[in-house]
Amino acid sequence: MGWLLSGLIAWIAGWSLNVWLARRPSWRVSQVAVPIIFGLTLIVVWECAVRGLGLSKVLLPAPSLIAQTFIASTGLLWRDFVQTVIKGALSGYIMGCCAAFVMAIAVDRFPFLKRGLLPVGNFAAALPIIGMAPIMVMWFGFGWESKAAVVVVMVFFPMLVNTVQGLEDTDSMQRDLMRTYAAGYWKTLFKLRLPAAMPFIFNGLKIGTTLALIGAIIAEFFGSPTLGMGFRISISVGQLAIDLVWAEIVVAALAGSAFYGGVALIEKAVTFWHPSQRGR
Amino acid sequence: MRNLLPILTVVATIFALWYGAAIALNAPWAKDKATRAGVELSFSELVADTWSQKKPKLPAPHQVGAEIWKTTGAMVLKGRGFSKRSLFYHSWVTFSATALGFLLGTILGTLLAIGIVYNRTMDMSVMPWVIASQTIPIIAIAPMIIVVLNAVGISGLLPKAMISMYLSFFPVVVGMVKGLRSPSAMQLDQVRTWNASAAQTFWYLRLPSSMPYLFTSLKIGIAASLVGAIVGELPTGAVAGLGARLLAGSYYGQTIQIWSALLMAAALAALMVGIIGMVQRYTLRRMGMA
Repeated sequence: MGWLLSGLIAWIAGWSLNVWLARRPSWRVSQVAVPIIFGLTLIVVWECAVRGLGLSKVLLPAPSLIAQTFIASTGLLWRDFVQTVIKGALSGYIMGCCAAFVMAIAVDRFPFLKRGLLPVGNFAAALPIIGMAPIMVMWFGFGWESKAAVVVVMVFFPMLVNTVQGLEDTDSMQRDLMRTYAAGYWKTLFKLRLPAAMPFIFNGLKIGTTLALIGAIIAEFFGSPTLGMGFRISISVGQLAIDLVWAEIVVAALAGSAFYGGVALIEKAVTFWHPSQRGR
Repeated sequence: MRNLLPILTVVATIFALWYGAAIALNAPWAKDKATRAGVELSFSELVADTWSQKKPKLPAPHQVGAEIWKTTGAMVLKGRGFSKRSLFYHSWVTFSATALGFLLGTILGTLLAIGIVYNRTMDMSVMPWVIASQTIPIIAIAPMIIVVLNAVGISGLLPKAMISMYLSFFPVVVGMVKGLRSPSAMQLDQVRTWNASAAQTFWYLRLPSSMPYLFTSLKIGIAASLVGAIVGELPTGAVAGLGARLLAGSYYGQTIQIWSALLMAAALAALMVGIIGMVQRYTLRRMGMA
């Protein structure tokens, strides 16, 4: 009962602190502090609820237990991270994005191809491509190569569609200006159209980060060597070691945010001129 | 219709590549078989063999088509369209989880978006987490949700629907927050001069102007829901559903079965997105927005 009560108190305290902060004029510290306070409050309430209700750790482990497991098995988590994120997701992501980029530039030269490929690509982007996972595992074996292949297929279409759209994002006035400068196709591409396409390209790259991790993790459900995040999750669920599953989820969340944040940082450096990046 | 010819060309190219890849990928096995039987294969025999193997590495399109027909149309003709071997049955299982999860996710997402738009504290505390959560491979939780809910005694449709709900929830929140905020200051001022209450502002201005945003996120949401339902069928060895077909096919090396389940899932996704697109066009036209 004491735990439940303190959970309630923590919730009220955290929420009223946030209400107070939100009523004040917005400044930089409060914009960062409010979500952090909210997150911490949730974790405290979670901890108190698990202890107060005496939930079995098979159902929902307390955050403290997850933290303990996380610290105790960092070596294991690191090996899984390398296998899934670095070898599977990252290599596939780079290959898929590069292939889609080259393809987009090739498609862009032929309006006929573009008109045909864009609808097909848009259609393919909405399909449950993750279902390709068992096929890729069958073709490329249980190692990281099959995961990279799944990731390639998953990031390809969003990246292709975004890049093709981005390459169209110059108006005729700008292209005419390049013509008056006597710039050829390649010069126009590098000096005008590619820079103008960057916001779209980065949009595709950002969508791809999440898809890459999802693809690499799910593909491991269909067969993997005895390491990897997806493998660990499915095995630990079977052994009811739910705290280890949560530790893997923490790793996945950290990896996903870092991946996305990294791409967003590069975007900020490359597209500093774009209205969405200015004036902050 | 201007795009019809290019699209057909691209689709035809995909099929040609598919047939070509089937030859390349299945040829080693065909040659292997031939050497063991002690016969020399001519090129046409080789092609014929690669397109008709029982467990090919890559089944040719007509093999997949035949399998799909065998498990859908042919079974309907025999009057057993809903037997457990029919793909209609498996699609229905997956579809029901998808639809339930999508419905729940849309309702919850809309409610949360309303809360975020009307409550500044919620906006500042919850919205960053909603955006951050989109960068996280949430689907990793799927196996755990299934097992944990199973331990509490909830099994069947609901756990899968929960995963679908979770995946369709975030696009809806983000889209609806954007949509409910889309009326301009001018429009908001105008309803104020008409002395509209908060509820009237919501029903007559904010909600209608959020519709284009809602439908865009619904399309993303339903595709995500389907992925959620399929993945939800993987971990516990579910017996029915397109995800279960994929898993069973990969266990027993039944590539044709995998491909037919995959194409069925693609058709289901296209159908659902198409239906939402139709509702969108009709609704927006009635509202004078399109």
